[in-house]
Amino acid sequence: MPEDAAPALTTAERDELRRQGILLTSISELYNWGRSNSVWPLNFGLACCAIEMIAASMARFDIARFGSEVFRPSPRQADLLIVSGTVTKKMAPQVVRLWNQMPEPKYCIAMGACAISGGPFKQGYNVLKGIDRFIPVDIYIPGCPPRPEALLHGLVELQKKIRGEKLSGPGAPRHLQPDNDCTYPVPEFGEHDLEPPRNPAVWQPPILTRPDKA
Amino acid sequence: METAEQIRDRLLARFPGAEITVVTNPGLSAQHSLLLGSPHARAIAQFLRDDPTLRLDQCSNVTGVDWPEKEIIDTVKVTVPDPAGGPPKVIEQKNKRLTPAYLEVVYHLYSIALRHGPVVIRTRTGNRSDQVDVPSLTPVWRSCEFQEREVFDLFGVSFSGHPDLRRILMWDGFKDYPMRKDYVDPDDYEWEPTPHDEVLARAKVHYPATPAAPEPKA
Repeated sequence: MPEDAAPALTTAERDELRRQGILLTSISELYNWGRSNSVWPLNFGLACCAIEMIAASMARFDIARFGSEVFRPSPRQADLLIVSGTVTKKMAPQVVRLWNQMPEPKYCIAMGACAISGGPFKQGYNVLKGIDRFIPVDIYIPGCPPRPEALLHGLVELQKKIRGEKLSGPGAPRHLQPDNDCTYPVPEFGEHDLEPPRNPAVWQPPILTRPDKA
Repeated sequence: METAEQIRDRLLARFPGAEITVVTNPGLSAQHSLLLGSPHARAIAQFLRDDPTLRLDQCSNVTGVDWPEKEIIDTVKVTVPDPAGGPPKVIEQKNKRLTPAYLEVVYHLYSIALRHGPVVIRTRTGNRSDQVDVPSLTPVWRSCEFQEREVFDLFGVSFSGHPDLRRILMWDGFKDYPMRKDYVDPDDYEWEPTPHDEVLARAKVHYPATPAAPEPKA
């Protein structure tokens, strides 16, 4: 059955069937259900946002309720990179390298103002203006730092995104597309800045016109 | 604790010929400091640490200050004789001069043993380009090591006698000194969400040409 065909049954009808002991599903739905409920984050913190990330994993906020309590110490075993804190230019190549070492399918959450844009340090000489200049970010969580509830909300939104993914066709995630090798160039340390300062394949400056300021 | 002037007088008696000046702080804190000439700085630091009435055994802070050239206008009254033979005129003459540029290193010293402080000492480089050597005080206070590396990294002050003078915050191949006042940061202002002032001016260079004003909605 083509995946994007209109479902023959509504959700309410399927729930009714489930109550009668009949389970109707598709491979992609079952597959996405499984992996969206066991997203293993990388055990990796950069700044004060990492403290909130740790708090989210402890008993009070309990990220285990959402299947993400297994913080892996190795990128080879992780599905999710939570960029939790300020990414300095000195640290940026290491973050991209960790991202490259994670196996697909993998997801990235930019947690907090610094990881999104550089935050309060945006004009500083040693702070990257957002990790999305080098790696693709799936979920942005604003805050300085975001509360653990916000991280949990970001995780739930990521699960929704995973459940909506298709396993074939043009809408498939990047690792299932044949012409995508899923490697991201690691920036080098230059004499004045990172070389290159951004990855144009991942991030382009938004084109905004500001008629009021022009 | 002794005042800065008392410490200076004692130091001058102990180190004849050393350059020691009191730099006064006109602010409310009145935290005056001692400017030390480079040749005697380490011996004086050793003395400040070991002197029984001071015993400044802790260096809590090392920082740098960049002093670029500054133009100062002195107004002088000059009497000019009148060529016509009348009474001489008094005119105000304005002389411009440039203060020399230098980098300064500031140390804040405390005594844990005697519970007093701070005593602030400073050293200065000859200029901001090729004479940037000052003596390292790491052999006197071990806690200076990382902080002097930071001053080296961000201001470009070279500490002679430092055991491990490398960049500490920026990477090794980095060429600039970011805390100097004439540092120009890399031009990565492709887009700024809330640009203003200088940021707006720099970001605007990268903005695409403004399209014609939109048609007013009917």
